[in-house]
Amino acid sequence: MTAPVAPLAGPGPLIDVHAHFYQHGSGRATWQALNASRLAAGDRIGVTWHVGSILGTWGATSPTYFQSPADTVTGNDAMMAMQAAEPERVRAWAAVNPNDSEFALAELERCRRQGAIGIKLAAARRASDPVLDPLMRYAREHHLPVLHHVWQGRQGPVVAGQDPSDATALCNLAARHPDVSIVLAHIGGGGDWSGTLAEVPNVPNVYLDLSGSGVDRGMLDQALDAVGPGRLVWGADLTLDTGLAKLWALDIIGLAAADREAIRWRTAARLFPAGAFPGLAA
Amino acid sequence: MSVVDVSALIGPYPFRHIPHPEPETLVQVLDREQIDAAWVGHLPSAFYRNPREGNLALYRDLAPFRSRLHPVPAVRPDWPGWRVEFARAVDAGAPAVRAYPVHWGLGTGSPPLRFLAQACAEHSVTLVLTVRFEDARQRHSIDVAVDLPAATIREVARARTGARIVVVAAGRSLIEEVHWGLTPTERALVWYDTSWIWGPPEDDFAHLLRTVGAARFVYGTGWPMRLAQVTRANLALLPHDLSAPALADPMSWLP
Repeated sequence: MTAPVAPLAGPGPLIDVHAHFYQHGSGRATWQALNASRLAAGDRIGVTWHVGSILGTWGATSPTYFQSPADTVTGNDAMMAMQAAEPERVRAWAAVNPNDSEFALAELERCRRQGAIGIKLAAARRASDPVLDPLMRYAREHHLPVLHHVWQGRQGPVVAGQDPSDATALCNLAARHPDVSIVLAHIGGGGDWSGTLAEVPNVPNVYLDLSGSGVDRGMLDQALDAVGPGRLVWGADLTLDTGLAKLWALDIIGLAAADREAIRWRTAARLFPAGAFPGLAA
Repeated sequence: MSVVDVSALIGPYPFRHIPHPEPETLVQVLDREQIDAAWVGHLPSAFYRNPREGNLALYRDLAPFRSRLHPVPAVRPDWPGWRVEFARAVDAGAPAVRAYPVHWGLGTGSPPLRFLAQACAEHSVTLVLTVRFEDARQRHSIDVAVDLPAATIREVARARTGARIVVVAAGRSLIEEVHWGLTPTERALVWYDTSWIWGPPEDDFAHLLRTVGAARFVYGTGWPMRLAQVTRANLALLPHDLSAPALADPMSWLP
């Protein structure tokens, strides 16, 4: 009998609030291997729950950040199937394109009834746009957090293939909907994260996810200075190796055990609907 | 076999604050990460037109730590008197020198780069080429240097100088473009550091170990720009059949 291997990130619960999975229509022949690799690496790190989304077909049949309704449905269907197949380690964000509000609201309701625990918005419309408001009201009504893709930048970013939101736009959204918890995606995901950190301190319903391939020294320290440990949540996005490196970095920068616990899982567990993570009580 | 970080630097970065980029801190990081030694460059020198003063600062600042921190000065081969700077590096026992072709406006096929590679080969000094310091998506508006093109690296490697080349901060696509764009003889003189290669779920690092081979890689962290834990994390997350890959040992190259 083989002795259990200690998780690389140490003991205790760990929620990845920013996971992605793939589906058969993603245009990548290796989509199943990618999903399996994420789960296997998560097991070795000690990820207790992957909260994931699938952005349509990842560009195969409509743009990743401007998903067609049909691709939105197939992506969410695949994500819900993933949750159903992995009920003890996967939870789903329902990813929608907000431009067709009527469709998006119906899709959110469909996914919520199937067990989705949050709303994923990417870059089909800037967060400052009132077009998002019906979805935010839906989020408040059902106590669903919103994970919003953000391009870290200070001057209204222009990015090919996206209508990206920066922290200014996201804070505008958060101010319009103060009762909704909004996760500002991947401060390590590209762009000027220091500009983001300067924007968010006084917007209490904005939480920062630490995911992204960026592992700049100073980023974690400055994020802690900006919002404190209670508004940071761990995630990995497309690179679990950088996620693990950040967890190891958090272990050595002098955080109290309770603060590390907050970043690893406790704050995330509080943002989602009650019972989203069986066995974890925030 | 020793573990040597080939992509460490000291000194401040012009476009954002870097916490504690001093050699004393680097030694503590090496201890924590169980790294035996580091090849250390001087970060501000990449942005100097003439890196001479930066190199002198590097030698001075590393002097108390020379058993573990080995200076890797910058040598700009289109600058008047560069051979004096190169000779100073040789005299100082530098295992390598750094060059920044994009920052210095040296294009693909630049004769000065070839001359520098030739000098490196003649003195058994490794040439370190840096692809980038920061992700292109986050650079300061006045930091207009693009990532080092793979074509520039290929041209240096194809110059038949016999120089060893270490490419730092490269990702999978650039590594593959360079490696598969060289003859087997040319490939045998090019190595890549591990600091900027993605792990799971894309598993770029595992893929490269299987295709390009572990012997073409050297340990690198990119400290103080990047968290030094990244390479350790990437190694820890390798599939079981690739665990503990035999990376190249750059200290074995020393004469």
